[in-house]
Amino acid sequence: MTIGLTHYLVVAAILFTFGIAGIILNRKNIIVILMSVELILLSVNLNFVAFSAQLGDLTGQVFALFVLTVAAAEAAIGLAILVTFYRNRGSIAVDDINSLKG
Amino acid sequence: MAAVFFYLFSGVLIASAFGVITARNPVHSVLFLILAFCNGAGLFLLQGAEFLAMILIVVYVGAVAVLFLFVVMMLDVDFAELKQGFQKYLPAGLGVGALVLGELGFVAIGWTSAPTAGEAAASPILAHVTNTAALGQVLYTKYVIFFQVSALVLLTAMIGAIVLTLRHRPNVKRQDIEVQNARTAKTVVELKKVPSRAGV
Repeated sequence: MTIGLTHYLVVAAILFTFGIAGIILNRKNIIVILMSVELILLSVNLNFVAFSAQLGDLTGQVFALFVLTVAAAEAAIGLAILVTFYRNRGSIAVDDINSLKG
Repeated sequence: MAAVFFYLFSGVLIASAFGVITARNPVHSVLFLILAFCNGAGLFLLQGAEFLAMILIVVYVGAVAVLFLFVVMMLDVDFAELKQGFQKYLPAGLGVGALVLGELGFVAIGWTSAPTAGEAAASPILAHVTNTAALGQVLYTKYVIFFQVSALVLLTAMIGAIVLTLRHRPNVKRQDIEVQNARTAKTVVELKKVPSRAGV
């Protein structure tokens, strides 16, 4: 049985679903939410690379590289905000992040 | 053989993704995340994207996951308390997950390729060029603007992270380089004329 594009798409779809479910299940723990976002971006990259390999077009891999860059920047900024928030409030519960509420 | 490795990598990938979202201890979540990234790199390798696979290991496992590990270990948080709502959110999570999986599965199974999709390749993969060289040839010519902009994004992220986490504590002694470099023997050393047999 040969492995085709559909196999990779199904794996990426399952991974994306786990990312979405992780965001909802761990609504109080912002670190796990950030990790779920990383999982989602990994599944997107899997799709890009699968289509790139299938169509014989390098553009998909170039775009996956840019997604990787943005994911790294996002993780760095998110964790920096998290550390600053923890210093100010002494907690990282998402429910406590309501300072902007009037 | 490729099929065996595909099922191995994707099975461990999905299992470790499940571990990421259900682990009680966030440190375990990060370690599962590292395992997921390694298996994702394996899947990239199977499709011939060698450069991306290596970059995934270097950037994600080497930088992002270790950053997560640092933050998880640095923050002294009662994670058991954060886990409280897990049971409450379980039906909603499973519902939304099943919905998204159904939609994505429908798309993944039922799609058809446009008949001219293969001919319209913007930058075709050549057989005699290695993946890294081919990627460089495309990235530094056709997509050079995007490449520079992504570098700008990383620069902004770096400056932002430093500005957010830097703090000056007033009662910490730190080195003052200018003062230290301005010291000369003349300003620092003082010669005293000590009278003989009188003591200091």
